[in-house]
Amino acid sequence: MKMLSEKIGIGIVVAILTIPVLILYIYLFLISVSEDMVGIFPTGFTLENWLEVLDGEIPVAGATFYKYPNIYQVALNTFFLAVMIALLEVILSSLAGYSLSRFKFRGRSQLLTTILILHAFPGITLLIALFFILVQIGLYNTLIGVILVKVALELPLGIWIMKGFFDGISWDMEMSALVDGCSRLGAWWRVIMPNVRNGLMAVLIFGFLSGWAEFIYAQTFIAEQNFWTFSMLVYAFTIGEYSYIKPGITAAIALLYMIPVILFFLFAQKYLLRIQLIGKGGA
Amino acid sequence: MSGESIWQKEISGEDIKRFFRVLFGAIKNVFVSVYNRFYDYGSQIISKYGSKMAISFFLIPSLGFISVFYFLPFILTFLIGLTSMDFTFQWNWVGLQNFIRIINDSFAPKILGNTFFYVFTTLSFFNVGMALVVSLITNHIPDEVGSAVRGIWLLPRITPSTVYALLWLWAARRESNALINWFLGLFGIPPTDWMLNHPWVIVILVNGFVGTSFGMIVFTAALKSIPEDYYRAARVDGASTWEIIRYIEIPMIKWPLLFVTAYQTLSLLTSFEYILILTDGGPGLYTTEVWSLYSYHVAFKSYGGTVEIGYGAALATVLVLIGIILSIIYWRVFKFEEMMTEPKIEV
Repeated sequence: MKMLSEKIGIGIVVAILTIPVLILYIYLFLISVSEDMVGIFPTGFTLENWLEVLDGEIPVAGATFYKYPNIYQVALNTFFLAVMIALLEVILSSLAGYSLSRFKFRGRSQLLTTILILHAFPGITLLIALFFILVQIGLYNTLIGVILVKVALELPLGIWIMKGFFDGISWDMEMSALVDGCSRLGAWWRVIMPNVRNGLMAVLIFGFLSGWAEFIYAQTFIAEQNFWTFSMLVYAFTIGEYSYIKPGITAAIALLYMIPVILFFLFAQKYLLRIQLIGKGGA
Repeated sequence: MSGESIWQKEISGEDIKRFFRVLFGAIKNVFVSVYNRFYDYGSQIISKYGSKMAISFFLIPSLGFISVFYFLPFILTFLIGLTSMDFTFQWNWVGLQNFIRIINDSFAPKILGNTFFYVFTTLSFFNVGMALVVSLITNHIPDEVGSAVRGIWLLPRITPSTVYALLWLWAARRESNALINWFLGLFGIPPTDWMLNHPWVIVILVNGFVGTSFGMIVFTAALKSIPEDYYRAARVDGASTWEIIRYIEIPMIKWPLLFVTAYQTLSLLTSFEYILILTDGGPGLYTTEVWSLYSYHVAFKSYGGTVEIGYGAALATVLVLIGIILSIIYWRVFKFEEMMTEPKIEV
């Protein structure tokens, strides 16, 4: 009997802890497949919202001269942004992390300190100056501009993660590979890289998700609708000039936007946790 | 038989083998000597310049990025703050006028007050408070359940900001059938327009739900590293769960508590993303405007026709300075290297 009451107690506590978080996602899903909602209860099932969204072109009520950007164009932009940020971050941070972990050179410790301090420093405060720089070098209103800024601001974190992983591989291991006749490059490829796979994955996933979700930089540095990403589209439908659009359609778009996030949440949680701990935890 | 030359001798298989052995041996020797020559050259060059070349090759791309998009903006923020720059990007130097203007800005006291209120409330209720509650509770229930609960609290953090803010804006609509009003209606509380009447409640809830996960993970990692013996000894002495929390767990995670408080203060102070989406500083005049958002508005949104990039940069300069000072203090106080080790928990 005691076991049962304990289980019920735990169940109640868990429900109180998780329902406030989960209910909003359930709410979102229900809005996308129903005609109206009363509290958490949907009234009238419909797939119309999803069909309209998957059609690509979202109709504008009453306007003929104006069109929303095509959903698939927006998805492509977002994907391009996220993938480029992830790849650049992995390449640059694994190179820099390896050299900081394995080579001795003048200024190394100062560089490490700088990277650590930059890692704690909130890059968002530099927004105005970054805007100025992008305008001056002609990358304002391009996805490339947003990519470069994001990669730079997240590099200290990436370098720090990768350096930690390279540090974790003992020098002996690399050495024994060299003694056994492996070339330096061969050792790097056959011995080092497989051992930092977790680090590479963590940086890759972090870069992808942060690029996929990016809002402020995209909103500030991009003016044309051709370059819109999901975050800007959802923002426009939330409180921008088009917020009179049907909630069901916005909900369907938001859910489409959530797909990679949900996939990573289900299948890559250990990486997400690691990123959270090492990464900036700011709201 | 005397005139028999070697050419008339029958060639045996053994001879062919020997011939090829010698031939290949010679070729191999040539290759080896060439290879060795080059190898020596190569290693001489590498030992002389190689590591420097390798280091430059490895480091220069990252250093380039960091210089252009970190160090240059640092300097530019200060410099632009000394001008009355607008969207034409002319450098009109005005000295310290912008900073004098900050002191005399009639909105500054209100915005400063908002900033302190926002940071203090979000931090104490969620980034530290709720994080502590979640990590303590999940540490005292079976581990599979606990890690699932912690996983769920990770969701707001990884949800794109625009989507998460949208969810709350819908839940907080003024209609009586919207989620929050409907739920409170079950207890007989009349519906209200949350974004109009209680904007701070929603702003703090959203930022808090997003910010909880960081502290939760740091605290959980610290709790998991408390030796099992401590718990056992306490239970033998008849301590209740509450006493274990009060006298063992909380004292043992004092340092992580301080770390999370300090670290999250800086990130809350400078982040304005969710406030921008939720209220844009409103409703009304600067009701929920915080310092970082004010800087953004001044520089990018024109009130009365002009954007004031110069004044915005001056406002941002204050945050940059606070950011640099706090980052250096954190690095000094918390020995980052130790805090950044691998998490000890698995979800």
